[in-house]
Amino acid sequence: MRTANPRSIVIWTLVALVGAAGWAVLALARDEEVSAAWMVAAALGSYAIAYRFYSKFIVDRVLKVDKNRATPAERLNNGIDFHPTDRRVLLGHHFAAIAGAGPLVGPVLAAQMGYLPGTIWIIVGVIFAGAVQDMVVLFFSTRRDGKSLGQMAREEIGPFGGAAALLAAFAIMIILLGVLALVIVNALADSPWGTFSIAMTIPIALFMGFYLRILRPGRVSEVSLIGITLLLLALVAGRWVAESSLAETFTLAPSTLVIWLVAYGFIASILPVWMLLAPRDYLSTFMKIGTILLLALGVVFTLPTLKMDPVTDFASRGDGPVFAGSLFPFVFITIACGALSGFHALISSGTTPKMVQKETQVRMIGYGSMLMESSVAVMALVAASVIDPGLYFAMNAPAGVIGDNVQAASQAVANFGYSISPEDLAQAAKNVEESSLLSRTGGAPTLAVGVSEIFSKVTGDSMKAFWYHFAIMFEALFILTALDAGTRVGRFMLQDMLGNVYKPFKKVSWKPGLIITSAVVTGLWGYFLWVGVHEPLGGINQLFPIFGISNQLLAAVALAVCTTLLVKSGRLKWAWITGVPLAWDATVTLTASWQKVFSSDPRVGFFKQRSIYRDAIDDGKILPPAKSMDDMHTVVTNSTVDGVLSAALALLIVVVIADAARICVKHIRNPQSSKLSEAKYVESKLTAPAGLIATKEEKAELAAAAARDSGDERVPS
Amino acid sequence: MTWVLRGLRWVRWYARELTDESAYDRYVAHTRKTHPGTSIPSRREFERMRTDRQEADPRQGFRCC
Repeated sequence: MRTANPRSIVIWTLVALVGAAGWAVLALARDEEVSAAWMVAAALGSYAIAYRFYSKFIVDRVLKVDKNRATPAERLNNGIDFHPTDRRVLLGHHFAAIAGAGPLVGPVLAAQMGYLPGTIWIIVGVIFAGAVQDMVVLFFSTRRDGKSLGQMAREEIGPFGGAAALLAAFAIMIILLGVLALVIVNALADSPWGTFSIAMTIPIALFMGFYLRILRPGRVSEVSLIGITLLLLALVAGRWVAESSLAETFTLAPSTLVIWLVAYGFIASILPVWMLLAPRDYLSTFMKIGTILLLALGVVFTLPTLKMDPVTDFASRGDGPVFAGSLFPFVFITIACGALSGFHALISSGTTPKMVQKETQVRMIGYGSMLMESSVAVMALVAASVIDPGLYFAMNAPAGVIGDNVQAASQAVANFGYSISPEDLAQAAKNVEESSLLSRTGGAPTLAVGVSEIFSKVTGDSMKAFWYHFAIMFEALFILTALDAGTRVGRFMLQDMLGNVYKPFKKVSWKPGLIITSAVVTGLWGYFLWVGVHEPLGGINQLFPIFGISNQLLAAVALAVCTTLLVKSGRLKWAWITGVPLAWDATVTLTASWQKVFSSDPRVGFFKQRSIYRDAIDDGKILPPAKSMDDMHTVVTNSTVDGVLSAALALLIVVVIADAARICVKHIRNPQSSKLSEAKYVESKLTAPAGLIATKEEKAELAAAAARDSGDERVPS
Repeated sequence: MTWVLRGLRWVRWYARELTDESAYDRYVAHTRKTHPGTSIPSRREFERMRTDRQEADPRQGFRCC
């Protein structure tokens, strides 16, 4: 028996107490305002314990990571995509790849049910589901030379389940892009400041691309510094533009922005990578890491008070204006990325496993990065909860409910059970130099108001408008990058699928194929964007649940692949590690799909909605919030598309899970019959620490290795 | 003041690694070691090859939502 030393017992008891105190205050506070400090304490305490104990248990006992087994980075090292990368660098890479707009937007919308349900799911979900998924996928993909999730599904489950997984991934990508684009449109509509600064990112990126291609190839740091400076300049200049005669040129209606975005998405995705995508990616990575650090510092230093209720009445009534449906299952669906994200499985398989130095590092990179992402989600929830709840609901309810003036909005908010005066609503918009904040749905503007609130506590109120637009730019920047990169990945999937029918499509350099498939992908997400903007019932309200459902369904695919692999690799005893999260995720998501398809509440069920509006059309009536017969027809078409889509996605995932279950049962009955496609064991010659900080033994090993081959390049430590 | 210098050097190293600015140096070192005698592309050629690879498979360097 190993005995723990007294010092570590004391330390971990203290950590547990900090976490427990945080949870206790959050859970027991009623009718008084709680400081965000308790949320931070609950989160950090829980993360520390989970990382120290649960993730260690998984890598040691379940995955049995082997520090003597060479990783693909070591075996297949080609100095380019396969190469052993320092663990601290790879942590940065992996985090920058998984963190995006998702964890910032979801928690903001979920705040409609109060901050408590969201906090619980973000923290518990990441510990038992999200971080486990990311780490286990990373581990299995590392054992398979960095194979993608789709390839693993095909090889380990079968061609049928594999094809269903691929089709689901494609559909999910389209919905993701449509909803992310909608978030930007809602943030930039009628905002000359925001629109100008975002538009300027395009010439800035083009200049950086030219610099890196022609002037000084590969000098990324210097060009990024230039780029960031220009970016901040564009942000400051946005205010001048908004106050000048140019303002009108950059004041765009939502429907105009849709056209610009779709055109941008199409052109950007057929331009060479070096021109726009690569430089924009440098900009957004720096902005992302910088802003997240700033936000963390801001929250910790100012420790703002949470003004939102712990649990609102919408949680049980299910009639919230931001998204319809009750706490179970819709809080889980809405938070999505911050707790469990299927998309991470695409990063954890593919790019990152080709760079892992040591199997032992999957804990720090897979589990650790996801804990960091979860803390970003907690910060977003803090930002949404520090603003006045009245303002929160005025910003996040659909225009059809809120009306188009501050008086009507104040009245509508009062009907929800909150209060804000028309003057305060007008003042809030004036503070951030926007013409109006009413019904700025999508989460990004709310987050930006919260961020400006927190930052201006440090810098003074005069900076409020700057911070608001800074936050908008930061989100819009990486959503634009995602639109470009996502269109390319979607196109790649489509080319692969069409290639089975007509060979030339498989050749990614075949120009007509490239243009056709790009147009199809952009057209598909453009359709959802268009629908979202013109939806009388509110685009985010209708589409965000489908986005959440599709993301969580992709997570179900990843967890099903992991569980199958655990079973097939003789770890049946431990299959619950991913099996329980899979069961939970499938229950939540399929319940949500079921309600979206069959619910008799027209706010939730798409087909009920359809039949009510259909009947009204037959009777020649117009139902609010629709304003005309055209609106009525739009509602009917959209709810049909949304309903069919929800049902189709759910069916695809049921197919994947059923096929995975079949393979598991087959293996349990006859273990000899199944084949595991794992790469052969090769002994590792590298020495590298497992965690962020090298232990005493690891330092000794490193020193011994350095003495052995002193001629090699060294990495500073 | 040596620890300040060390810290700065570490930050520079980290930034170069994170942005892949060091990719060329790494590639040159790798090629010299594993295939001595083969011709080594110029930095310009190498950076072009790298973006061409990303062009061919956009899943490399994909970003999440």
